Amino acid sequence: MKIHEYQARELLEAYGVPVPPGKVARSAEEAASIAKEIGLPVVIKAQVLVGGRGKAGGVKPAHSLEEAREVAGKILKLTIKDIPVEAVLVAKAVDIRKEYYLSVTVDRSNKKAVCIVSASGGVDIEELAVKEPEKILKCYIDPLQGPDEKALRKTLSSAFPKGLLDQAVEALLNLYRLLVDKDCSLVEINPYAQIGESSLIAADAKINFDDNGLPKHAEVEALRTAEEYSREEIEAKEAGLSFVSLEGDIGCIVNGAGLAMATMDLIKLFGGQPANFLDVGGSSSPQKVLTALQILTRNRNLKAILINIFGGITRCDDIAKGILIARDQIDLPVPLVIRLIGTNEKEGRALLEQAGLEAASEMTEAVKKVLEQAKAGV
Amino acid sequence: MGILIDESTKVLVQGITGRDGSFHTASMLEYGTKVVGGVTPGKGGQEVHGLPVFDSVAEGVEKTGADCSVIFVPARFATAALREAADGGIGLVICITEGIPVLEMLGNYHYIRKKGIRLIGPNCPGLISPGKSKVGIMPGYIHKPGGIGVISRSGTLTYEVVYNLTMKDLGQSTCIGIGGDPVIGSGYIDLLEIFEKDPDTSGVVIIGEIGGEDEEQAAEYIKSSISKPVVAFISGRTAPPGKRMGHAGAIISGGRGTAEAKVKAFEQAGVPVADRPDKIPELMKEKLGS
Repeated sequence: MKIHEYQARELLEAYGVPVPPGKVARSAEEAASIAKEIGLPVVIKAQVLVGGRGKAGGVKPAHSLEEAREVAGKILKLTIKDIPVEAVLVAKAVDIRKEYYLSVTVDRSNKKAVCIVSASGGVDIEELAVKEPEKILKCYIDPLQGPDEKALRKTLSSAFPKGLLDQAVEALLNLYRLLVDKDCSLVEINPYAQIGESSLIAADAKINFDDNGLPKHAEVEALRTAEEYSREEIEAKEAGLSFVSLEGDIGCIVNGAGLAMATMDLIKLFGGQPANFLDVGGSSSPQKVLTALQILTRNRNLKAILINIFGGITRCDDIAKGILIARDQIDLPVPLVIRLIGTNEKEGRALLEQAGLEAASEMTEAVKKVLEQAKAGV
Repeated sequence: MGILIDESTKVLVQGITGRDGSFHTASMLEYGTKVVGGVTPGKGGQEVHGLPVFDSVAEGVEKTGADCSVIFVPARFATAALREAADGGIGLVICITEGIPVLEMLGNYHYIRKKGIRLIGPNCPGLISPGKSKVGIMPGYIHKPGGIGVISRSGTLTYEVVYNLTMKDLGQSTCIGIGGDPVIGSGYIDLLEIFEKDPDTSGVVIIGEIGGEDEEQAAEYIKSSISKPVVAFISGRTAPPGKRMGHAGAIISGGRGTAEAKVKAFEQAGVPVADRPDKIPELMKEKLGS
């Protein structure tokens, strides 16, 4: 799960990492009054969960209250990568002498938390990582021992001058504490800005959370923004389905994430385009199939639907029952191709046959068939 | 022979009194797996499918001589169950449980490794040595005893591949679902090393997916250290970057972990990559020269 910059700033502050004064505003008027409260000049930043805000005109300075009102009003009318801007962060503009980079995340290969540090922070950090990897320093934290302060200090001393080192070490220890406390997958400060002679401040912040950790942290779950997911994705999640909408026109309902991806790949291999990823999960009840079909059929681009089930925990007869219920309750606007195999296959097929439906047993055969039917329907 | 489990493996089921634990205990018994008991704290003394339930893993090991445990407990109890298995004298732990936070798994991984215990999973279907023993949730009947080892990050996609192998008369020595999470107990390399030494395994199928760099590392390892034929399949070629495709590990981020990079790495290591699951048996037969 992702959160907005203004929410990430609040968490950092709570963990003792200094941030510039600032507040979130949802109207131009509110932005102006925050600017008055914290003092000019300010920087006004669109709060959307996608990258490239600056390039889209979503980050602008303001030197007077009128300008703050005007700039905020404009940004609040923007749509960045299809997402309408609904809030802006109004933060005190700071005079940055140098930009550093500081983050903590999980290194899946080493099975350890990793601190990533650079004396060359800023917007081009990803490019830097590719072109000059030696400018990116890393230090691993053993999950059982916890941080080794001496080792961290040594790594940081190659990036930060003496006068800033203590602050940087403390900030990094705090980032790690936050990572572990809240089950984050990433805590990142970029730029970690030097202000004046001797202070460091988080001029921008990004925090992502491990979805598996959310059940442990109701206070984190409360930060969720609907914007990260489409209406369908949220509805699917509530029904216990895993759903991602895509650009194509062949709807897919599959059990298991790996098989679902392989099904999408096969559709593409034969010249089609999948409309979605949808994993009905294990032990799927008939109700889940109904919800899945309801969500899929709202897509106006849809030309055909493929249901691909390899029964394990999932029982083929449950899937067949779901299909029959759905056929009674919703008017399927496009052809439906079914592939059923595995646990309780015989029972599932019998149910479908009684209702005049047939099912393929091979995946390749089913994919070819759904593409033919999609074509025939045009 | 197969690897890790066979007809003599004695299995304890952690979470045996739960819905999934009980259901799959019955299915494992039916397959012929030597399940010797179960563990649910506070429910010691009960029976499930005629098997004794113990309060702790240590007690279960002491009374049954179990050397393997399979974990079905809900995610919030999984870390405690994993560490209990490691402390209780179990040599092989299979964790089926889905949804364990990554940071908990980091600690669990090192805790278990330090004790010299092998962990498969979490968030995996388990493993099966066809005709001998099944410790997991896969449908047993699609498998067939033979010489192909299977290592997979996926669940149902593994069934799809195994089904295709069986249909083309390529039986399996052992099939292992290593799990779809970012941090797992045993990876491709750990298991390739064991398959390489197993006299009954003649070739290995690797089923990978987008996300992480495990497949790339496995390709390097195969090039340097594996003499047996290996064939691969990668799912997620059409997945868009930045979107999580069900598995917590299946996400393309920062341009890394793409299907293209994985396919290229395997091909450079002399490992043919099938573009669809039903092409895997053909490629394997070519590699085996049969």
